[in-house]
Amino acid sequence: MSLLKTFGLSAGLLLAAHAGQAQRVAVLKLPELQQRLARPTDTTYVVNFWATWCGPCVQEMPGFEKVRAATTKQKVKFLLVSLDYASQLDKKVRPFIQKRGLQSEVVLLDETDPNTWLTKIDARWSGSIPFTLIVNNKTRRRATFEQPLTAPELTAALQKFLVP
Amino acid sequence: MKKLLPLLALCVALLSSFALRPTAAGYKVGDKAADFHLKNVDGQLVSLASNPAAKGYIVVFTCNTCPFAKGYESRIIALHQQYAPQGYPVIAINPNDAASAPGDSYAAMQALAKAHKYPFPYLQDETQQVARTYGATRTPHLYVLKREGTGFVVSYIGAIDDNSEDAKLVKTKYLENAMTDIIAGRPATTSATQAIGCGIKWKKA
Repeated sequence: MSLLKTFGLSAGLLLAAHAGQAQRVAVLKLPELQQRLARPTDTTYVVNFWATWCGPCVQEMPGFEKVRAATTKQKVKFLLVSLDYASQLDKKVRPFIQKRGLQSEVVLLDETDPNTWLTKIDARWSGSIPFTLIVNNKTRRRATFEQPLTAPELTAALQKFLVP
Repeated sequence: MKKLLPLLALCVALLSSFALRPTAAGYKVGDKAADFHLKNVDGQLVSLASNPAAKGYIVVFTCNTCPFAKGYESRIIALHQQYAPQGYPVIAINPNDAASAPGDSYAAMQALAKAHKYPFPYLQDETQQVARTYGATRTPHLYVLKREGTGFVVSYIGAIDDNSEDAKLVKTKYLENAMTDIIAGRPATTSATQAIGCGIKWKKA
């Protein structure tokens, strides 16, 4: 009986550990995010600012996942930056990632005052989401979209970064 | 003709880049604000000229459905209570396309305004022309207008404060600071601020 209990407990722990692994979400402050986006790499970053409460963001996300899956062999990295409140990480963000089976890396930007950080991400961003930034620091190319993107639209925008 | 072609191409390129950025235009602080005639939840048309006693207005593009707009709703009501007696009442405008956001229909606006006892007009921008003219992109998005001569001048654009999640944790009240300057007859020290919000649900072209 106690053996069975131990077994059940460790199996449970293992499962929990695995689930935790699948939904690891780094909580970043602005300087940490800026560092990530400023790396001198030839990888093209697709950075999508979203939130679980944002309908159009949630709607466009499957398209982003599709384009990510189609470009795994290329030097492209998808980063989904959640603007949910940090207090909602366990209540909203993690369950959302698990339910949707998101494969892209998700981080949460833990900043309260957009007035201090919004234009540091991009001067053209007026503050509505979804907002998508495609950036390649090697080629110094940059494109921003303050609107939802469909998979074909994102693919077309991304292709411009991938042709030599 | 050959010399004209590159020029023509440039013109086309310029035009199309403008066409791709319909929301990049809009008011900046110091611009003269156009009046509008929009339907209030009580069925009456409201315009800036409707209230000759107003020294100005706090125009808020907001809506029923955006969590950020909901988070700021009680703060917007408090702003009206604070500034209407000083001559700057709130005018709330819902710019969302009800076809894409059924929760923002005129009937839903009427229900919300009634349930939450809005002390200010809540107008439907059905053609979205006012939001486009002002350059609003998200909800909530604020514009403070000040009466000057026969018209109104945009005196502040942006956020209410620095914490959308919790009013008790606010450190900087951007709008209040600007209002203090504006009411005292000075230009706002910080006249434009950034905020996060829900993108306005534009009609499908």
